[in-house]
Amino acid sequence: MMEPTSKPSVRLARSRQAIMAIALLTVLALPGAALADELNSGDTAWMLTSTVLVLFMTIPGLSLFYGGLVRAKNVLSVLMQCFALTGIMTLVWVLWGYSLAFDTQGMTAGVTNLSSFVGGLSLAFMAGVGVDSMAGTIPETVFATFQMTFAIITPALIVGSFAERMKFSAMIVFMVIWSTVVYSPICHMAWSGAGSFFGDMGVLDFAGGTVVHINAGIAALVAAIMIGKRKGYPERPIPPHNLTLTVVGASMLWVGWFGFNAGSALAADGAAGMAMLVTQVASATAAVTWMLVEWIKHGKPSVLGMATGAVAGLVAITPASGFVGPMGAIAIGVASGILCFWGATTLKHQLGVDDSLDAFGVHGIGGIVGALLTGVFVASGLGGQGLAEGMTIGGQVWVQLVGVLFTVIYCAVASFIILKIVDATIGLRVTEEEEDRGLDISLHNEQGYYSA
Amino acid sequence: MKLLTCIVRPNALDNVKEGLSALGLTGMTVSEVKGFGRQKGHREVYRGAEYNIDFTPKLKIEVVVSDSMVEQAISAVKEASNTGSIGDGKIFVLSVDEVVRIRTGETGDSAI
Repeated sequence: MMEPTSKPSVRLARSRQAIMAIALLTVLALPGAALADELNSGDTAWMLTSTVLVLFMTIPGLSLFYGGLVRAKNVLSVLMQCFALTGIMTLVWVLWGYSLAFDTQGMTAGVTNLSSFVGGLSLAFMAGVGVDSMAGTIPETVFATFQMTFAIITPALIVGSFAERMKFSAMIVFMVIWSTVVYSPICHMAWSGAGSFFGDMGVLDFAGGTVVHINAGIAALVAAIMIGKRKGYPERPIPPHNLTLTVVGASMLWVGWFGFNAGSALAADGAAGMAMLVTQVASATAAVTWMLVEWIKHGKPSVLGMATGAVAGLVAITPASGFVGPMGAIAIGVASGILCFWGATTLKHQLGVDDSLDAFGVHGIGGIVGALLTGVFVASGLGGQGLAEGMTIGGQVWVQLVGVLFTVIYCAVASFIILKIVDATIGLRVTEEEEDRGLDISLHNEQGYYSA
Repeated sequence: MKLLTCIVRPNALDNVKEGLSALGLTGMTVSEVKGFGRQKGHREVYRGAEYNIDFTPKLKIEVVVSDSMVEQAISAVKEASNTGSIGDGKIFVLSVDEVVRIRTGETGDSAI
């Protein structure tokens, strides 16, 4: 009786409340005893692996991807930001972030209340999470750590927009508040199960198109606007200092993304297998698309373009990865390759924003493209796993759009306010002299490259 | 004694080295440098942002020769790095007052 779309909802499972939310609009509430989650060692083994893969995306994947794109005098500052966020977000997550995201107390299917938007503090300090705690068929410790790696990479993605000019202290304070006020609530709205705001609405976000990529992309755009352009931009060339690092990093992101998407099945099953296949197909398609577009438009195909296209495809397939088939993945790959190219090369200049490493152009645009097209290619007639009963493609796209718009507006307003507060208290930007010398020396007393 | 400062294309290095070695010259110093002359810069494109890079990569080869070898050395470098196109580079010839081999203290031609 369950339509195929029920599979991804494994993600929503939370044994603690003895409630298993099954799929979108269909909700089954079972008594705790009946649920009796049994640990599945296959699922657990895959989720342990996925967790490590997603951590590998941030360090070293994203760090190198970004590190190569900045100038030599700032390479360490970017690596430092990613590494520091890995440490700090881990602490935020176990202290209160996980609870705000996945505490389901007070939630009831179909009822919209405060608990639909943000969790409480009953899981703060990982209270009650022990060796025997279960989340579906895997230990809750694994579930919480897997989700932690998402809470790490999302702020790290934002780093790309304000690279080469933000104060390190300001970044830390901004990110701690942002993770608490923006990331955890949006994560809760999408993934905490029955009674969650997006969940009850029927928004499809398998692995984080809205939660991770739109969220990070919009915060990145707001941050780039508020902190201002880098000195000399766009009159002076600011070319990447080491594209070798960037391509290595992009390749690591690609590999790690299988943990991100196929891991979001929270099981080693058919949904995970399909997520793996469509992830590979969409990424490859977008990489080839970007290459061709660039070849036609600029005369030569570039490796930076192809690597960027691959990431754009990975971003766009993220929300769709549990719902679409391989042909849908090709369509999403083509769309994201073209539209992210436009976002990073045309829209950015029209907006007049120095989104230094195209965090918005790739993750914001790619996330929106993926979220909307998920509503199209989920349809079984288009090779997907099938719409919820009684749902049309138009209806699903509308639901997706509402989810996107809510996230965009909430994230933009909240990010703006947090950045204003940080600017007024600490100041967002380094001094002009520090910017000239480079953040590596100015902020960290180190250099990435020594000649002797 | 003369110092030859040769600015040449990066891919001319092996030919220049072989040409000078054939004359019996035993040492040279090579640096990677950037610059421009009549050959203008080139275009680079990163995510659609086009940059005109004014400075073209070149090699600077520095070699000190005795007065009797100057003409032959210049000819060897010219022959090795001439493609006939703009951007082949230049050779600057400067007088050298003294050369000292640090290890032995030798000076003059025998220290080259």
